[in-house]
Amino acid sequence: MNVLTIQNLKKSFGSKDVLCGLDLSVPEHCIFGFIGRNGAGKTTTMKAILGLLGPDSGQIHVMGEKVHFGQTRTNRYIGYLPDVPEFYSYMTPLEYLNLCGAVSGMNKSDIVPRSKELLEQVGLGGEHRRIKGFSRGMKQRLGIAQALLNQPKLLICDEPTSALDPAGRKEILDILLTVREQTTVLFSTHVLSDVERICTEAAFLNDGKIAMQGTIAEMRRGRPSDGFIIKTKQQGADNILTKVFCELKRKSKNTFAFHGSEERLFAIMQYIIENRIPIERIERIEPTLESLFLEVTK
Amino acid sequence: MRSLLCFLKKEYLETVRTGKLMILILLFVLFGNMNPAIAKLTPWMMEMISDTMAESGLAVTNVQVDAMTSWTQFFKNIPIALIAFILIFSDIFTKEYKSGTLLLLLTKGLSRYKIVLAKTVLLLSFWTTCYGLCFAVTYGYNAYFWDNSFADNLFFAVFIWWLFGVWVICLIILFSSFLQNNTGVILGTGISVLSAYLLSVIPKAKAYSPAALMDAHSLLTGTEGLNTYIRAIVMAAVLCMVCIAVSIPIINKKQF
Repeated sequence: MNVLTIQNLKKSFGSKDVLCGLDLSVPEHCIFGFIGRNGAGKTTTMKAILGLLGPDSGQIHVMGEKVHFGQTRTNRYIGYLPDVPEFYSYMTPLEYLNLCGAVSGMNKSDIVPRSKELLEQVGLGGEHRRIKGFSRGMKQRLGIAQALLNQPKLLICDEPTSALDPAGRKEILDILLTVREQTTVLFSTHVLSDVERICTEAAFLNDGKIAMQGTIAEMRRGRPSDGFIIKTKQQGADNILTKVFCELKRKSKNTFAFHGSEERLFAIMQYIIENRIPIERIERIEPTLESLFLEVTK
Repeated sequence: MRSLLCFLKKEYLETVRTGKLMILILLFVLFGNMNPAIAKLTPWMMEMISDTMAESGLAVTNVQVDAMTSWTQFFKNIPIALIAFILIFSDIFTKEYKSGTLLLLLTKGLSRYKIVLAKTVLLLSFWTTCYGLCFAVTYGYNAYFWDNSFADNLFFAVFIWWLFGVWVICLIILFSSFLQNNTGVILGTGISVLSAYLLSVIPKAKAYSPAALMDAHSLLTGTEGLNTYIRAIVMAAVLCMVCIAVSIPIINKKQF
């Protein structure tokens, strides 16, 4: 079952078309990477899912229920973590989670134990001071705690790691990995290493549309490789190869990169066999998310 | 209902913890003290400047002060206290728009009309309490030094000025529903009050202008009767309800 379905979503601000017929579906219990350049429309899409922005046309369904702008009934299924979460700085984390729990209609008796459990989970269990003195990373962790408070079916995180240092990023990604069992995570980012690390599925947003969607493996398979690496064992043999096959590019001492067709690669291999050139390895260069990203967004 | 009460509780907590409540209490108690103090000091001040005035050909004779002098001072000072109140609370919505603190609560399912209601209740309760405090302090001193019965229709005069404050607060809510910064809110509120004041210059329109509610002095001296203010009271009450009723659909359509 799809937790989230978006059909033909369009939104423009003045003369600028941000979303031009976006279609997206997010299946249950996955960590879904929503990838796009800065200003591609990731936040706009997320705010439309949350009913905070009215789309010009198109439909959004969360858990099969239609999202209506301004009316946030479907938000009971959703937990949201903005890129820079802002809290009431004069409150303590527990007071803030109590407010969130009461607003979302949780049982009074459930709020305090659930809040304490989540604060422990995100590493803020011992923090009793007011949010005013919190670092960015601590605010981000508190943001995750509030987003998970009402046990959402869909956790939407808008660039949760973009403003953090490497240690803070790792902490947030680890937390997202651990909550995968409880919820589906929709995670927007332009940090591709984060996607490769935790996401099971991903979609590239470009020119207001989804340019590519699928599992990370599927996306890699769907694109030809970035070429091959050929490494010879003996020095000297490589000179013969470069003379015969001028498309081989030397990378280091006896290592070459080849970006031609597979047919041409077979010709090289045949030549290697016929001339008994000792080879250490021939390796296919797998397309990276970065190269995929650059290709679909160019 | 529970979410409304919790949001309201958060509003009160904010007013207390950000120090706004302390400032308001100090300010309104100070104004409450100033009214009888100025009245009490008037003869002394007149005596001090009597020599200078005598040189100009003006003779200062025995200056009489009573509760009326203090109440006149009260209605002269309360506009300044109201302006301070507006300045303190003009960012009650816009601060949340700018910082994005409302965003998380909206995504938790908080209905937007509850934001308008909670903030209105907060402002009205603080205006009523602070204004009441200022009045009580002045009333106590006046009763101690003089006799409050000198002033005609005192409680009615106090009520209509309170209602004027309520109307101004409703204007803050209205302008906050669609403006993004508090300068705009202050300007919008100021222009509306000024328009009402200019309207009250036209004799036929005066009775309907909420600005007529500021003229409490005429009530105290008995120059005007209660009936003169009925139309302005009804108009102010209707405008208050319209302001709140209009704010809710505007907030509902607001894009965050």
